[in-house]
Amino acid sequence: MSGTMNITLKVWRQAGPTAPGGFEEYKAPGISPDMSFLEMLDVVNERLIEGGKDPIAFDHDCREGICGMCGLMINGSAHGPSKLTTTCQLHMRSFKDGDYITIEPWRAKAFPVLRDLVVDRGPLDRIIQAGGFVSVATGSPQDANALPIGKLEADEAMDAAACIGCGACVAACPNASVSLFTAAKISHLGLLPQGQPERYRRALHMVAQMDLEGFGGCTLFGECMEACPKGISIDFIKRMHGDYIWGAVTEKPEKVALGSG
Amino acid sequence: MRKFWDSSVGKKVVMGLTGLVLVGFVLGHMAGNLQVFMGMERYNAYAKLLQEDIIEITWAVRVALLVSVVLHVTAAWQLTRRSWDARPVAYALREAQVSTYASRTMRWGGIYLFLFLVLHLGQFTLGWTWLFPEYAKGAAYGNVVLAFGHPFWVAFYLVAMFFLLLHLFHGTWAVLRTLGLAKNAAEPLQRRLPLIIALVVTVGFSLVPLGVALGFVR
Repeated sequence: MSGTMNITLKVWRQAGPTAPGGFEEYKAPGISPDMSFLEMLDVVNERLIEGGKDPIAFDHDCREGICGMCGLMINGSAHGPSKLTTTCQLHMRSFKDGDYITIEPWRAKAFPVLRDLVVDRGPLDRIIQAGGFVSVATGSPQDANALPIGKLEADEAMDAAACIGCGACVAACPNASVSLFTAAKISHLGLLPQGQPERYRRALHMVAQMDLEGFGGCTLFGECMEACPKGISIDFIKRMHGDYIWGAVTEKPEKVALGSG
Repeated sequence: MRKFWDSSVGKKVVMGLTGLVLVGFVLGHMAGNLQVFMGMERYNAYAKLLQEDIIEITWAVRVALLVSVVLHVTAAWQLTRRSWDARPVAYALREAQVSTYASRTMRWGGIYLFLFLVLHLGQFTLGWTWLFPEYAKGAAYGNVVLAFGHPFWVAFYLVAMFFLLLHLFHGTWAVLRTLGLAKNAAEPLQRRLPLIIALVVTVGFSLVPLGVALGFVR
């Protein structure tokens, strides 16, 4: 068959959270360069199932690059070799016939492996619960023009809000730091007027939660920004630091301890 | 206070602030050292100024520097331990994409610089004769010439300056981001001023051992 590729995969297999894991090699002949990376894994899994073996477990959902479910360490690079791309939007044409591809789950103490390539990204949810919201009285929505927001502010807030929470920043960071995710979530609210009342408290709470979850600290390697499929800038980490410092100096002590969800 | 110090951001801020103190110090120290090229009299007079005439100020600076070094190293140590703990299972393969060599050598380079700092103080300030037998109290110029007559000391100092270059290249760039002061940038990893600061400091420092080794200072 012309135009297809023969590749070899080295995949992390682990039966469960406490089971010992290890790498297994799989031959994947006859792969179309038009397949997405996940479709290639689907093909490999079909063959495994036909052969009576356990398919490789991996996270995926929308497969159009916006849900944040997929995420694999591919040849030592989060979401693979293409920039601004989730694993599902990575295509096999980015590889060559005969390539040897190493596939690993995101590695972090805070992201325990559940099975094979699936990790528990619950800590990201708990960081959001710690402060990634605005407390507003709900009711009928007000007029969209009632709160004027500058174009540049709106743009910057949207740049931060592009975060899909995939965890690639943690995976790519040599410190396993979640700073880029947390900073994006702090910033997209803090840049808008609705987010102002809780801006500094939000930074204090979310930073405290990310430390509590056991992530490493930021040393500004910049790897997160490169791995991020949405191209979120480390400028937001700088902003998070600014908010945190100001909050630490000015925030009043709280009367009621907040739960972590 | 306690909460701030316990947080990873707080420790990083402490590292940034103390780092700024130390950057200020190396700039001044480097400029002072260059007086070695203006002759023995001038250099020894400068040493006497610091060690006798304004010794009270010198001690105030020393205390500030000591506190800065202790806080900087303690925070770095604790943050490093946290980062190592944060990834208990290493990747079989992880390729650095955009991180600079400087950022990846902050820790081990920092350890070398700390070792350098101890030996450097022992050699020229505390006068440890087991380390540097030719040491003579009050003869600052002579000590410099004698020390850098040894190829070992020249090499040891130049390696330290190489790591200092890397440390400053990353540190002086990162500090403004750590303190939340930098402006947004299209290419946040690009930097010019940190490179200039790092080069000025390390070239300035390196001129002294090189000047002795090459015979300009004797």
